[in-house]
Amino acid sequence: MSSHGIRDRVAIVGMGCTPFGEHWTRSADDLLVDAVGEAVTSAGVTLDDIDAFWFGTQASGVSGLTLSRALRLPNKPVTRVENMCATGSEALRNACYAVASGAYDVAMAVGVEKLKDSGMSGLSGTAIPGAGDDSRGEITAPANFSLLAPAYAAKYGLTKEELKDVITRIAWKNHVNGARNPRAQFRKEVPLERIRSAPIVAGMLGVFDCSGVSDGSAAAIVVRAEDAYRYTDKPVFVKALSFVAGPADGLLDPEYDFTTFPEVVASAQEAYRQAGVSDPRTELALAEVHDCFTPTELVLMEDLGFSARGEAWKDVSSGAFDLDGSLPVNPDGGLKAFGHPIGASGLRMMFEAWLQLRGEAPPERTVPSVAQGRSLALTHNLGGGPGECVSFVSIVGSELTE
Amino acid sequence: MAGLIAYGAHVPYHRLARADVAATLGTAPGRGTRAVAGYDEDTTSMAVEAARTALARDGLRARIGQLFLATAAPAYLDKTNATAVHAALRLDEHVLAADMAGSVRSGLGALVTAARSPVPTLAVLSDLRTGLPGGGEEVMGGDGAAAFVFGGHRNGAPVIAELLAHDTVSDELLDRWRLPGAPASRVWEERFAEEIYASHADKALTAALDQAGLDRRAVDHLVVCGLHARACATVRRTAGTRPEAAVPDLTDAIGNAGTAQPGLLLADVLDRAAPGEIIALVVLGDGAGVLLLRTTDALPAHRSARPVAAQITAGSAPMPYATYLSWRGLLDREPPRRPDPEPPYAPPAHRRTAWKYGFVAARCEKCGTRQLPPDRVCACCHSVDAMADEPMEHIRGTVATFTVDRLAHTPSPPMLVVVVDYDGGGRFRCQLTDATEADAVIGARVEMTFRRTVTASGIHNYFWKARPVRTGEMEGTQG
Repeated sequence: MSSHGIRDRVAIVGMGCTPFGEHWTRSADDLLVDAVGEAVTSAGVTLDDIDAFWFGTQASGVSGLTLSRALRLPNKPVTRVENMCATGSEALRNACYAVASGAYDVAMAVGVEKLKDSGMSGLSGTAIPGAGDDSRGEITAPANFSLLAPAYAAKYGLTKEELKDVITRIAWKNHVNGARNPRAQFRKEVPLERIRSAPIVAGMLGVFDCSGVSDGSAAAIVVRAEDAYRYTDKPVFVKALSFVAGPADGLLDPEYDFTTFPEVVASAQEAYRQAGVSDPRTELALAEVHDCFTPTELVLMEDLGFSARGEAWKDVSSGAFDLDGSLPVNPDGGLKAFGHPIGASGLRMMFEAWLQLRGEAPPERTVPSVAQGRSLALTHNLGGGPGECVSFVSIVGSELTE
Repeated sequence: MAGLIAYGAHVPYHRLARADVAATLGTAPGRGTRAVAGYDEDTTSMAVEAARTALARDGLRARIGQLFLATAAPAYLDKTNATAVHAALRLDEHVLAADMAGSVRSGLGALVTAARSPVPTLAVLSDLRTGLPGGGEEVMGGDGAAAFVFGGHRNGAPVIAELLAHDTVSDELLDRWRLPGAPASRVWEERFAEEIYASHADKALTAALDQAGLDRRAVDHLVVCGLHARACATVRRTAGTRPEAAVPDLTDAIGNAGTAQPGLLLADVLDRAAPGEIIALVVLGDGAGVLLLRTTDALPAHRSARPVAAQITAGSAPMPYATYLSWRGLLDREPPRRPDPEPPYAPPAHRRTAWKYGFVAARCEKCGTRQLPPDRVCACCHSVDAMADEPMEHIRGTVATFTVDRLAHTPSPPMLVVVVDYDGGGRFRCQLTDATEADAVIGARVEMTFRRTVTASGIHNYFWKARPVRTGEMEGTQG
């Protein structure tokens, strides 16, 4: 058995993404219709041209009917997928494989989530139904990811204050980027001191260490690579799609030390193998990573191979992942500034890669690395938490390999 | 020889200063503190904690033939509460578990029933005393539990105190009563019952001493319990025993724990009594009851690992009165903007009784890895269905990482959460209780405690939490 990948077999030829935010006046259906409409316009097609749909949502609907009803699709195949916060990426992966298999010529991946209608704080609509016997000790998402902070500080000899400075800088950087993004939920730069002194939500995490709770939708249209230029001059080719669901043993196994996501390491290595990437830090033009909480982004820099083990905090502090750094990370503002409508986030990340690789991001947040000749982007999307998660890594590029 | 073979007590960690109640409500200042059951404790969970301590000695659990839970504040009506205690103790399914619930006198009932049972019997006395804000019930009440095993009938465990005699006097007496659901009991004019109780106590004590062929002067420890404080004081003074035999009632430090008070006071005496001493336990309430015990040479080696005095000393600094009121449901505070807590579901809870109540994990028979919660596939070697039961309640652990969850739904925010690595292997993430944020640090030592985690949709959820290992108390249980 082996994983073969579909490098350069399919391309994304159209995308759409709604502004993410508190859409009090709009339903999940409204958001879907907008994102899908933008995507088909972008590819110059109509819905009739789409052969099959993969629809991702975690809690804003069940079954393919959620999409087909909203769009009044005429008896098309629609598959609803769910993989926690990586749901949008899972929809894209399935759409890509469907086209690569030859089963369909044109497929669409759509993600949506409507979180703000619940009236709850945090990702309340995403509670995982448990056994109801407290045997799993469920905690809130910020608390779950905050478990990384003391463990990282202890392992690498940082004081609590030093680590707080590092994660504060991650939030600051993503807000700087989000302020330059008209589709982001939060579009203001936030001073370091305000981030640092914000009310605490869980562990070491303040309000600004957490991604926003928002509504939104994003969509992508996938075709065979050889057909791509029929739709656009600037297709984005899929180099790698890698997804793992971990054995979920980190909360069972004392060997796991809460300073890494082994699932991310595994999925990243597989993606680099599929794409033929050997040094992501210098080969990638940008990375969109799952910064659900600031310590997550810190740990991801090491898991994705952008920093050596124990060194990410130094790279963060020196600005290596800033917009003008050696590898821009989350140039669109990330989950932090963009908000995190679960089912849409993976496709929103791909939307930023799409814009940047095509040179269509607003000038004030265009990464310099593309002009310098880099043509690959990585998206990383995870669901779950430290010790048990699912992880997705894609690599896409604006050029076909020789 | 029959008699007492084991005992244990549970004094909750939290304290309320009577002065704080007075300062808040503008009432006359009281002195001392009362013990307060945690927001995550009820009479069932406290009963489990006391019983775990009583059954700490190897092999004792297997000897128990029946279990009685006595309480005036049952967690459930209709449904048996003793079965939750039975499940948490992992007693054999053929062991009778039944409640003696409703009246404070049920504590005496359980003790006497256990003492004269033909099979080794566990009597657990547990109570949570509450009342309207500022009332005598609230300020002078206390919470706690105690457990006693009577047995030793045939070459069994060593008897630590022989039962020399017992007697009871029953009297239909309207000195204290409470309609079901009422927040506090009502009391007739105190002086009415004082003399009646003194007379009942005298009759029962006389009868018991006569049976044992003992003189009142022979009593080394006179323990007088009851909610009628005035009557207790009278009996203590007029019982005819030596003045130094009268045992302090601990009310200043922990309050009067009602149903559990005879248990807590008896446990405290057993914690320090010398071999060969006579204990007279006098319990007042709807009559009187007396148990006469003589400690044996086996007592010093088999005292409780968690002495009452040590638990009193280890108690928290007094909590704010407002916190007490909100824990008791007397102060309705704004909930977090989170979904309501999920109630337990009956089928999964029943399927996983050993885990949920007994904290029984699994050990892989192929590679030896411990796994919490138990599952069919080993997390290490992936063997399927090769798991052996691995009771974990007595295993201590060390905090690997932690957090303070300020968003989670809890009656006492913020929720402290720790990842525990157990001595000898295995890891579990759970709540940390009886603790402050300063206790949640990497490397902290913790032990497990049985708690009521939440009540949702009218259903109590019970599960295990970690608590800091505190100095002054020895290991709680050893399985």
